Amino acid sequence: MTLATADTHPRGLAATLAHARYVISDNPVTGIAFGMFLVLVVCALLGPFIVPYDPLASDTAAALQAPSAAHWFGTDNLGRDIFSRVIVATRLDMAIAVFSVALVFAAGGIAGIASGFFGGWTDRIIGRISDTIMAFPLFVLAMGIVAALGNTVTNIVIATAIINFPLYVRVARSEAAIRRQAGFVQAARLTGNSEWRILLTTILPNIMPIMMVQMSLTMGYAILNAAGLSFIGLGVRPPTPEWGIMVAEGAAYIVSGEWWIALFPGLALMFAVFCFNLLGDGLRDIVDPQRRT
Amino acid sequence: MHGVVDVKDHAAKSSETPSGPLLEVRDLTVEFATRRGTVTAVSEVNLTLAKGETLGIVGESGSGKSVTSYTVMRILDRAGRIAEGSITFSGMDVAHAPESAMRDLRGREMSMIFQNPRAALNPIRTVGAQIGDVLLQHVQADARTVKEKVIDILKQVRIARPEDRYHAYPFELSGGMCQRIVIALALACRPQLMIADEPTTGLDVTTQKAVMDLVTELTRERGMSTILITHDLGLAAAYCDTVMVMEKGKVVETAPAERIFRDPQHPYTRKLMRATPRPGITLRDLLPEEPAGSPAQNPPPQARTSAQAAGAPATKVLLQVENLVKEYPRQGAPSAFLSGLLGKKAPPEERIFRAVDDISFAVLKGESVGLVGESGCGKSTTSTMVMRLIDPTAGRISFAGEDISAVPAKDFAHHPMRRRIQMVFQDPTESLNPRYTAERAIADPLLRMGGMSGGAKLRARVAELAEMVGLPQNLLERFPHQLSGGQKARVGIARAIALDPDLVILDEPTAALDVSVQAVVLNLLEELKQRLGMSYLFVSHDLHVVGLLCDRVIVMRQGRIVEEGRSQQVLDAPRDAYTRELIAAIPHPPV
Repeated sequence: MTLATADTHPRGLAATLAHARYVISDNPVTGIAFGMFLVLVVCALLGPFIVPYDPLASDTAAALQAPSAAHWFGTDNLGRDIFSRVIVATRLDMAIAVFSVALVFAAGGIAGIASGFFGGWTDRIIGRISDTIMAFPLFVLAMGIVAALGNTVTNIVIATAIINFPLYVRVARSEAAIRRQAGFVQAARLTGNSEWRILLTTILPNIMPIMMVQMSLTMGYAILNAAGLSFIGLGVRPPTPEWGIMVAEGAAYIVSGEWWIALFPGLALMFAVFCFNLLGDGLRDIVDPQRRT
Repeated sequence: MHGVVDVKDHAAKSSETPSGPLLEVRDLTVEFATRRGTVTAVSEVNLTLAKGETLGIVGESGSGKSVTSYTVMRILDRAGRIAEGSITFSGMDVAHAPESAMRDLRGREMSMIFQNPRAALNPIRTVGAQIGDVLLQHVQADARTVKEKVIDILKQVRIARPEDRYHAYPFELSGGMCQRIVIALALACRPQLMIADEPTTGLDVTTQKAVMDLVTELTRERGMSTILITHDLGLAAAYCDTVMVMEKGKVVETAPAERIFRDPQHPYTRKLMRATPRPGITLRDLLPEEPAGSPAQNPPPQARTSAQAAGAPATKVLLQVENLVKEYPRQGAPSAFLSGLLGKKAPPEERIFRAVDDISFAVLKGESVGLVGESGCGKSTTSTMVMRLIDPTAGRISFAGEDISAVPAKDFAHHPMRRRIQMVFQDPTESLNPRYTAERAIADPLLRMGGMSGGAKLRARVAELAEMVGLPQNLLERFPHQLSGGQKARVGIARAIALDPDLVILDEPTAALDVSVQAVVLNLLEELKQRLGMSYLFVSHDLHVVGLLCDRVIVMRQGRIVEEGRSQQVLDAPRDAYTRELIAAIPHPPV
């Protein structure tokens, strides 16, 4: 996760790596978070190739089996292997989270920087838009957006991006406002940079570290949000393996004792959210100059 | 080396005060645990402070002067620890005292004045309540008498209308007034020792004089001991009995104030003294005697006999400022409240504040002009307008015969004149983009306006500029945080001269630098001016520094020009009373 400083010189990169090592040794939890993140990435990339069963193949003879050596996480009501389904679902859940976070970073981040940098009317308009979004209960708003736009994965991505918009605007706005009159911004003006160029090439790279932290923290939230929408039947449709749907499907069986159907996708969800939250904390430690003693 | 001086000094002291010193520090070594291992910030420091004595600790950044005093108060950062040595404060072992005893001691027996008075005060509580807290904390007053006592203290620190100011918030008071409140806080419990850590950095010279005079008077009448930590030898000379010079965590010299200036023993002390701007010298005099002794990175500039010599022949007007005005709307509530406090009823037409009030001046080609004044006098507003970063309310700015004030500031970035007016900023750290390498920072103007688009030509030009400002080539790929203050200043200067501008505005370019670095940078600026034939508009609060670099000086006060003339004439025979006051307020070593 040295993306924050990927544009820097090798010397800077090496220094960042050294600093990352220092932070991890100082706080082993961050190291664990990076390990968890790696597991998620591997599952998302290689999921369909490493699972033992076809996640969609039903086998009624083997329905509702408890976890065993053959089916690690047991099987569901149609006899599908839950382990395979949980692993394969990683790609879809991660993709929804990554795309929605990328979208909201592009829209909310730029809007926030412009708001803080230009001030005045730009600030007022963008500020009121994000206030309006924040006035709604966010999950209900996401439900409404998906219901109105249509029941597709794309719309889940858009809805998740929209409800996170104000968060990005606020962080980017305050960070940009601090730097608006900084010496190096004035210097960039003197060397003939236009305002938009200063915004994109001077301000944006400087607030990237804090935005990275924000992105990591909202990743977990985006995963939870996507799963939540699927859980109530919006967005992803069965039989597609997706953690939220799987929890929803398994919920009915908990009372009759088949706990594993809902538990394992739920644990996967928890694992992913936990991972991104820890990662966010760790990234904050890495980019926070206060800790660079 | 310091041992010899020390022993003599202690012998002298113990004979003076038979009751024993108030504070005695023996072989103090302080270490900081960092990720790159242990760093010794202060090593084997010895100091003795008698009752009623004022000790000045002088040194440049990183010399350990602040760490020493923090250790005495035991308010070190948690990474720091006392590795060796003892601290005895009126018979008590401070180094090993429990925290509860120290808490009682701090504020009551020893107190501290910090560098930034505004940061030291709680912004959301009235100053009266804050002083009251200290009195109540140390049982110097009870709820009934506290207000009366606070007002009494405010009177002692010469705050006018203390009854009204009791209810004032820090933001309603000026910097000097805030520092008086901080002094009031420090003196509230009549401590025996006061540590003042750069108490006047960031204050104007006249305010500095008022504050220091006040501190001296108050401590003298109470028989208090004071430790004054400063980077300014002149200030230490003017207000201290004994001066201790520190370098890199070690004490290099301790001597009575008058002796250390008359007869400095250590080469570092001599170097510091040379680098301190003072009347009657030239720029060259600021540099160390033997440049080989210090790592001189640039060739020594040609010696100049006098600051005026070079500027004299130039006659062509480069910059002409006529009847320049900048008005700002006054902020409603706070200022109305303040003027209410001050008892002045502001007439309704005074809702507009004139930061720059109808000023006119000219800068000739190849000339350097100093714009001097205290904070709020409008000098920075003027330079920012000349820089075309903000629009003037009225008036005309002509540059090389063209009226550049007609072009709106926001469009000036693309104006052909942009490259001919450049600027060196006050804070070298803050003015460099932390994500650009030195090379990228210097290349920026060349890329934007120099018609270059990377490649060997650009690299060659950047290398040439770096060579001109004496920045070693191997530092070009470093980021600002990997450079020292002086190196960052060089990067800023290289960036400003990259496009061969005709006019460079220097906005206190050395204010954030140590004196020895300031000496080198000022000489570099002078040398570059000679070489490239630029004009300088030097904005500063320090008349001595301006006098060294500039041919002419303009003194500003409250948006107006009060005096204008040749540097030597203004410094030696000021006509205006305000200029005289400014010059008199600058403390300087008795040489």
